Parts: sequence; structure tokens; C-alpha cells
Amino acid sequence: MKLDLILRITAKLMLPFMLMFAFYVQFHADYGPGGGFQAGIIAAAMVILYGIIFGLPAAQKVVPARLAEFMVPLGVVIFAGVGAIAMLMGGEFLNYSVLLSDSVRGQLIGILLVEIGVLVTVSGTMIAIFYTFAGRGRG
Amino acid sequence: MVLLTLMAAVTVGVVRQRNLFGVVILGGIYSFMMASVLMVLDAVDVAMTEASVGAGISTVLMLSVLYLTKSRESVPHHTPLLPLVVSVITAGVLVYGTLDLPPFGAADNPVHLNTAPRYLEKSIEETGVPNVVTSVLSSYRGYDTLGETTVVFTAGIGVLLLLRGRRRKRKARPARPERGSAK
Repeated sequence: MKLDLILRITAKLMLPFMLMFAFYVQFHADYGPGGGFQAGIIAAAMVILYGIIFGLPAAQKVVPARLAEFMVPLGVVIFAGVGAIAMLMGGEFLNYSVLLSDSVRGQLIGILLVEIGVLVTVSGTMIAIFYTFAGRGRG
Repeated sequence: MVLLTLMAAVTVGVVRQRNLFGVVILGGIYSFMMASVLMVLDAVDVAMTEASVGAGISTVLMLSVLYLTKSRESVPHHTPLLPLVVSVITAGVLVYGTLDLPPFGAADNPVHLNTAPRYLEKSIEETGVPNVVTSVLSSYRGYDTLGETTVVFTAGIGVLLLLRGRRRKRKARPARPERGSAK
């Protein structure tokens, strides 16, 4: 573990930029390519890289396994919840136009929330799967 | 064309390679080339997904699986004749199917005439999102994306359940010989 100094420092330098890029892909999806799915993968890749370089316990200090597993259903709940709220506010399921008085702004908010739901589920799933794989010793 | 040729070469490499580490790396290379092909076809979103999922996450997951298993493929016991026949027939049927498809990229293809023009014309007006891919994915086709998210959720839960179940069994196994030795 002491020998991979270059790896550790390079990884440390790269990690914040990876998270930045994930959020860029997430919130810039209105204008460029990307969205919740890609951003979720990139965010999960950041945690996985951290786990590979610094060991599983260090990664689980950043994102506890419990949290990752909790994120898996949470994203679906966010997504479906936005749809249900739209229904409660008098529109159809997943019709974001009714979320705010201005229908275009309502759409923007709806898309943003839904993309966050996708991000949460995808990154949670990837991190949880990585943890369970990496947590098993050589059989 | 160059990319497709390289991809074919990588596929041959995957088939001939017995060292699974090499196979995993070649799989990653294949995914990156697939992403480049998708870039050439102007499908940037799909290219991004392919690069991050296919080349990134899957390679890492395959490597961690490799850590758990042997790193050399065992020599097959049966002849590869039957699988070969099945894949050749499947490939033939698929190629036959593509003959009926409309020409690639023509403006009067059915896909471009159904709902696409409406999305393209009304997207900014109705959702305020300049990137039509995003507005279609999460607003017009919100149901589909909700379904996709549910698929990811279901798959994740399934994999987690399978792996967890195994671990519990392994914990239970050493308990039995202990009891036996006590007798």
C-alpha cells in the first residue's frame, strides 16, 4: 500500500474533478448531453475509484453501505413522488406543468427533480453492488 | 469503418484469449470503440453512457469478480459446433431483418414522421429545455424513464439479494464441522 504513492496522489487530485464533472453532467443536461443516468455512473465511479485506491473501509466512511442501499429505492420514490405530487396538484401522473404556476418553470423543476431521482438510484445501485463484490474475500 | 474493423479484431481477440484478465481489458477497449462509433453517429448521450458503464463500471466489476475466481478460462469439454451453428443462424436472421429496415438517416423514415417533429418544434416552448434529448427523456417520455429507473432498482436489489444470500450460507458452513468436531 505504501508503494502506490503516485496512484494515491493522482487519485486524490482527480476525485474532486470527477464529482464536479458528475454534477456538471447532471445539471447541465438541459443544454448538453448527459442526465441523471450518466451523472449517477460518474459519481459512483468516483466512490469506486476511492474504494480501489484507499481500501473499502475508507470508501465506506465516505458513503456508508447502509446509505448506498438506502439510495437504491429512494431515487425511485423521488421519481414516482414527483409524479404523484403532480397528480395531487391536479395534473396527470408525471405532468410537471402543474408543479408551479408557470408551466414552463414547472417542467424545468419537474425534470430537475426526476433527474435527481435517477442519479440517486443509479449511483446507489452501482456503489452497493461494488461494495458487495469487494466485500467478499477470495473464496 | 476503421473502428468497426478494429472492433471485429478485438472480438476475435476476446474469443481467442484464454487469460480472463486480457478478456476483461479487451472488453473495455471494445466498449470504448463502441462509444466512438456512437459519437460518429451523433448519439452523444448513448456514447457517454457506453463509455462510463460499458468501459468503466463493468470493467471494474469484472475485475473484482476476477479477483474472486481463477484468472484463466478452463478448456471447454464439449465441441463448439452447436453454439456456432446457433449463433450463425441467429446472426443470419438478424441480418435478414435489417434488410427490411428503411435506409439509414433518410428524412422520411417512419421514426422521423411520427412524434419526433412535434417534440422538436414544441420542446423549448413547452419545457424550456434546449436539449431535446433531456426533455423527451424526462418529460414527454417520463413514464419510460420511470420504468428504466425501476429496472435499475429491481436489478440492483436482485444482485444484492443474490450476493448476500451466498455470504450467509458461507458463514453457516463452517459452523457445521465445528459441531461435528465437538462430538
